[in-house]
Amino acid sequence: MNHPRYAVGIDLGTTHCALSYVDSEKSEGEQIVQALLLIPQLVSPGAVEARPLLPSFLYLPHRDEFRAGDLGLPWHTDTSRIGGELARQQGMTTPIRLISSAKSWLCHPDIDRKAACLPAGAPAEIPQISPFDASVQFLAHLRDAWNGLHPYAPLHQQAVTVTVPASFDPAARELTAEAARAIGIEQLVLLEEPQAALYSWVNDTEGEWRQQVQVGDVILVVDVGGGTTDLSLIAVTENDGALELTRVAVGEHILLGGDNMDLALAYLLKNKLAHTGVELDRWQVQALTHGCRQAKETLLADATLAQIPVVVPSRGSRLIGGSIRTELTRAEIEASLIEGFFPAVAASARPVNRPRGALTKVGLPYAQDPAVTRHLAAFLARQAGATGDLAGFVAQHPDASFLRPTAVLFNGGVFKATPLQARVLEVLNQWLASESAPAARLLIARDLDLAVARGAAFHAHVRRHGGVRIRGGTSHSYYVGVESAMPAIPGMEPEIQALCVVPFGLEEGSPPVAPPQEFGLVVGEPVRFRFFGSSVRREDQVGDLLEEWNADELDEMAEIQTTLSTTTRKPGEVVAVQLQAAVTEVGTLELTAIPVDAGGEHWNVAFNTRGHQA
Amino acid sequence: MTTAAPSVFQRTLIAFGSFRRIFKDPDFAQAVAQLATNEDISLPAPVVAPAPAIPLATAAPDAALLLLGLLQREGRLVDFLHENIQSYSDQEVGAAARVVHHGCQRVLHEYLTITPVRDEPEGSRVTLQRGFDASAIRPTGQVVGEPPFTGTLLHRGWRVADTRLPQLTSTHDLRILAAAEVEL
Repeated sequence: MNHPRYAVGIDLGTTHCALSYVDSEKSEGEQIVQALLLIPQLVSPGAVEARPLLPSFLYLPHRDEFRAGDLGLPWHTDTSRIGGELARQQGMTTPIRLISSAKSWLCHPDIDRKAACLPAGAPAEIPQISPFDASVQFLAHLRDAWNGLHPYAPLHQQAVTVTVPASFDPAARELTAEAARAIGIEQLVLLEEPQAALYSWVNDTEGEWRQQVQVGDVILVVDVGGGTTDLSLIAVTENDGALELTRVAVGEHILLGGDNMDLALAYLLKNKLAHTGVELDRWQVQALTHGCRQAKETLLADATLAQIPVVVPSRGSRLIGGSIRTELTRAEIEASLIEGFFPAVAASARPVNRPRGALTKVGLPYAQDPAVTRHLAAFLARQAGATGDLAGFVAQHPDASFLRPTAVLFNGGVFKATPLQARVLEVLNQWLASESAPAARLLIARDLDLAVARGAAFHAHVRRHGGVRIRGGTSHSYYVGVESAMPAIPGMEPEIQALCVVPFGLEEGSPPVAPPQEFGLVVGEPVRFRFFGSSVRREDQVGDLLEEWNADELDEMAEIQTTLSTTTRKPGEVVAVQLQAAVTEVGTLELTAIPVDAGGEHWNVAFNTRGHQA
Repeated sequence: MTTAAPSVFQRTLIAFGSFRRIFKDPDFAQAVAQLATNEDISLPAPVVAPAPAIPLATAAPDAALLLLGLLQREGRLVDFLHENIQSYSDQEVGAAARVVHHGCQRVLHEYLTITPVRDEPEGSRVTLQRGFDASAIRPTGQVVGEPPFTGTLLHRGWRVADTRLPQLTSTHDLRILAAAEVEL
């Protein structure tokens, strides 16, 4: 129980899940014995296959849609929900019953993350489930697959690291941890995905990484997965003569990934076909997207090919008569994919934000600007001072208009096309050259699809058995909104001040912090605080009260709330409390309200995951 | 055994010779002991033995149906072979063949490991040693004399090194290669 044999890493991805594990009993030093769990899943009705990736799709079948016996898995299953490959396949033809990108919904600030709302816009008779339940479902599938293979070392007895996007806010992290606890995981730690990718790289070098980086290096991790783009900066520092890694900055949550790219190519070809008078229906566009993904990979892998035929198979049994043939050319790939998603822009470029049109229903907040390089430029400029106060670090050039990375690590399935890696590196090096800074070098990553799961398992292992750790703590400083005491003026909202409750880089397991300011809370009434986060204000200390700030420095997040229980106090009584913050061992942020007058009592302050309408 | 039965004199010689050898050679003694109990044992292998009648086995259709179902699902193979290709141009057949080729190739890659029987490039000279595996290598043309045979490798052959077919639930009907689709 106290000595788990396996260190397990779970990549709970937007489009795929994976589980990797380290056998800690057989691993010694930098020789790590690691494997991937092959996850049994339905691939067609009645057929089960074990595959390394579990597509993060859930399908809610009609009760007459499948024979009950055709939905069995090697463990006891709820046949009202299908996960994995069959769900993905079935969703192509019946999208109203498909739940996809549940993870992006899990961090959607405008909805109640525990309310049954997926599939979004489904007809009333389909029993919807919540984004939280969907995450539990994927984790439960992984747990059952694991327990089937390791009946004497069940998952809840192992040390488990679950990854989250670096851009996940505290509420989404808390929900992920809650989902993991819901399937029985006891020894849980959350890890940011770009850090996991770097752990995987460190593990693959088997100790060589100390020769490949030196103090003063800033490693940029660019992780473009199926649905999201995640950016992080990790600095190489020194402590007592040993190299250390410190995560100094994370990017914003950008819903932009490989799926957008395949879709862009499919619509390009759809328009090309429309010019010749061929119209495609929804199913055919799906099939075209699939064909484009393969054509893209082939074209990008082989520079000598000028074009690749793409065939949309007929839906009926007349394959020859009913199929539609078109071509994807290299020029089209370059115009649409490379210039569209990875344009060579200046370091001063910023993502374009159009005002949104009126939305009739709640949807995912997809990135409006598809250019990954523009998001990257904005991130580096915003974080220009990220390494400023890092102890033992070679200072960045004072004139730098953006933070200058010295090395780049790519992750995510998109970058399996190496020309795209080369493109991002080329654009970045142009920015560096324009400021006469040395070019960044490429850190060679292995297995871009599975690196996050591998890195997470490695992390779970080194946490208990020693080895390199990436330090970081909270990636933001956090503030609660306090109304300033001033006379009310008609038509003016009271001014709000931001009280720093969590400093930047508060590490997990460190002593809790509490600002000296006291709040008067009414017993028995729910109290809400406005809640803000900043990824750039590194100097603010606990208790600092900001009167004003630049609009782009602080982002307002979902509110936090607490209710003082009436068990020990009279309802209506006003109690003076302090807000205390701590980062748990799991890696989640924990806020508590502690009364000033008496010890022992405290109330949990919860993140509001119920959306704005609550 | 077509040779005539030995005469009394010959049998006496065999008996005495065997008598001495049974004491010297334990293997020979064991063979004689088996001869006495089991009439089927024959000592030296005949040059050409006529094949005994063997019962013919029918392969279970399940695996064939499963593979055919996979080839249809991924590569639309049954659709393709069931279509009359006379009325279509080569270009139209070619476009459909890409779907079939791509999908069926994926099935072969995912569910089977297929390796060449011989690693030499086709067209090279190869030598077949005595006792070569006649089920894996088929000599053709001037097949006379004794091995080793030397000849030209015309086809490298294919061997399935591994199969990883999906597992099935017991109720699954394999005869349905592709379900009929009805859009509501």
